Amino acid sequence: MAITPPTERNWWKEPIAKVELTWIVIAFTWGLFMFFMMIYWHGAGEQNLSNEAYKIRPEQFAEKTQAMIDAHTVRQENGFPVVHPPAGSDVYLTGRLFNWWPILELEKDQSYRLHLSSVDVQHGFSLQPVNINLQVHPGYDMVVTVKPDRAGEYGIVCNEFCGVGHHLMVGKLYVVE
Amino acid sequence: MSTNTGFRTCPTTGLKVDRDAERLIKVNAVAAVVFLAIGGLFGLLVALTRWPEVHLLPADWFYLALTAHGLDVLLVWIIFFEMAVLYFASAVLLGCRLAAPKWAWTGFGLMLVGAILTNIVVLQGGSSVMFTSYVPLKAEPGFYLGIILFAVGALIGCFVFFGTLVVARKERTYEGSIPLVTFGALTAAIIAVFTIASGAIILIPTLLWSVGLVSHIDPLLYKTIWWAMGHSSQQINVSAHVAIWYAIAALTFGARPLSEKVSRTAFLMYILFLQLASAHHLLAEPGFSSEWKIFNTSYAMYLAVLGSMVHGMTVPGSIEAAQRARGLTKGMFEWLRKAPWGNPAFAGMFMSLVFFGFIGGISGVVMGTEQINLIMHNTLYVPGHFHGTVVAGTTLAFMAITYYLIPLIFRRELMMMKLARIQPYVFGIGAAGISVFMMGAGTLGVSRRHWDMQFADAILPFDYPSAAFLMMGLNGMFAVLAALGGILFIVIVVGSVFFGRKLKEDEKPSYPDVPPQAAVVAQHGSSESLKIPGTTMLVAIFFLAFVLYYFVNWKYLSEVWPLS
Repeated sequence: MAITPPTERNWWKEPIAKVELTWIVIAFTWGLFMFFMMIYWHGAGEQNLSNEAYKIRPEQFAEKTQAMIDAHTVRQENGFPVVHPPAGSDVYLTGRLFNWWPILELEKDQSYRLHLSSVDVQHGFSLQPVNINLQVHPGYDMVVTVKPDRAGEYGIVCNEFCGVGHHLMVGKLYVVE
Repeated sequence: MSTNTGFRTCPTTGLKVDRDAERLIKVNAVAAVVFLAIGGLFGLLVALTRWPEVHLLPADWFYLALTAHGLDVLLVWIIFFEMAVLYFASAVLLGCRLAAPKWAWTGFGLMLVGAILTNIVVLQGGSSVMFTSYVPLKAEPGFYLGIILFAVGALIGCFVFFGTLVVARKERTYEGSIPLVTFGALTAAIIAVFTIASGAIILIPTLLWSVGLVSHIDPLLYKTIWWAMGHSSQQINVSAHVAIWYAIAALTFGARPLSEKVSRTAFLMYILFLQLASAHHLLAEPGFSSEWKIFNTSYAMYLAVLGSMVHGMTVPGSIEAAQRARGLTKGMFEWLRKAPWGNPAFAGMFMSLVFFGFIGGISGVVMGTEQINLIMHNTLYVPGHFHGTVVAGTTLAFMAITYYLIPLIFRRELMMMKLARIQPYVFGIGAAGISVFMMGAGTLGVSRRHWDMQFADAILPFDYPSAAFLMMGLNGMFAVLAALGGILFIVIVVGSVFFGRKLKEDEKPSYPDVPPQAAVVAQHGSSESLKIPGTTMLVAIFFLAFVLYYFVNWKYLSEVWPLS
């Protein structure tokens, strides 16, 4: 039994039943497949992270965000600047207690280098309803190239607990034709 | 009929039980159940708050309750119970005296003090930083200190376990190799040492930071090392509950492993590869290369997953072989149909096996895929997954073995047998429902650790789809069911331990009925004639579900915005 020492002292020499061996081979092969699937997707798939990131001081990131806001704000909404940066440019989104700053307006089917960082604690960038989720750290500038493929109004929920006002932290992003 | 004042002989199993070990198993199991009750209550409050129509707690209390829930059940209940499992698998199964019982008591004391301290600090309200306490969120120093004390106590327990293995070998209390269950416990203990070392490396500096002696802790570094503790601690659970599956199969059916070599190698895979899983929590993080992520998140080409998939066949396979040897050979599933479904230990164990594989296991691998993680990270899919592993898997298995511990170790007749028969079903179905509906809500984007999915007070509005609200309502209902199962468990266990009829020294309890080994299973070397068609079918269904679900999620991923 499993609660007593093996009856055969040389248990490591016993043959393995065919049915067990077959399952081990199938399971192992499936594991290899899943492993190579991730690598394959880096070549063939469209959803991958570049893993481009830089160390940055929170004030520096806030300055870069502000520079973009100063240059490209097109209107105001509920006290938030709505920023329409040129297609293909570097765009900045700052997570801070308790909002996403500013509101970005992007063009459909254009690529943007989206920079994400926090100026205080960790936040979670959860773009809805597309459901893209990224972790946002203070001190790190994470760069993701995004290419919105559908026009509309999107919500950015904070999905990393960041304090008592965590559930108030909702941002907005527009994709226009 | 004790032959030695330090030992008694178990009239049911014939095992020689060291009285020091027995006392330590009792206190650890009792402490575990107390914290299960506390943590479970917090869990119910959390679920009732996330049920949109109920929305029970105010925000600050919700975050407090969620912090306490994570600590008390994910850490305290499970590690206390694992200490009981370690002492059982060493001293009791090897018929050996416990090495250094005084140290074991010291460890227990430290764990208790640590757990109480952290709970008090959390209840004071200044430390609602979640179980993970990601810097730069800062808790009170007592929060970290309590966890450190608890971990040091657990480390001492691990070394008492190792010491007992050494003593047993030296005093020749057993022949040949240690039993498979002890081997599984050894796996758990080795992973525990790695886990606790990682915890010390990160929590001691964090404690110093919280009192102002260290100026800065890098949030990414913190997360990397914290999860070397946080995820590995869940691998202790996996090793421990798989060992318990084997133990219950042995005690209920006299089942023996199909192959000692295969089952032990599968445990070895855990020791070698499970610790890489810190990466599961870093897939959506800045600053790691994809090479690093892919290698680590897959436990080096899924070798630890392979271990679990092997146990997924060998555990039910050993039961099937034992049942067939007993004459239940009709068709594919007579052995399963005529299994003792009214025995709570077996019912709990088998559901734990099925739920852990189908719900917790598959979802874990899918979510741990580098790219698929992007559509799940920090959504409710994550707690959905780990309620499948830790609640429907580990907790259900621990509950199941408790039904054997009460008569065999606490020496009390199990009370309220009728309630005990249904308890695993109530709790198991509740836990499975929680997992599935949270995963459903997560797939629809709902955030974890979030007080208000309606964003009523947010400046900018956003609405989740209405299906997400339905999911959270169902999650709440199944949480109530699971809580009911939890309450039943506490009532039965506490009732039996304190008021169950005391068994005399050599009296055999009416439950459980442990069959002898020899009469049951074919001899070794019979591998050629091994027939387990029912298990093969179950494994085939599992594999099909796994493959389908895996590709469905790649499909979901391919529909989101192109990212590079």
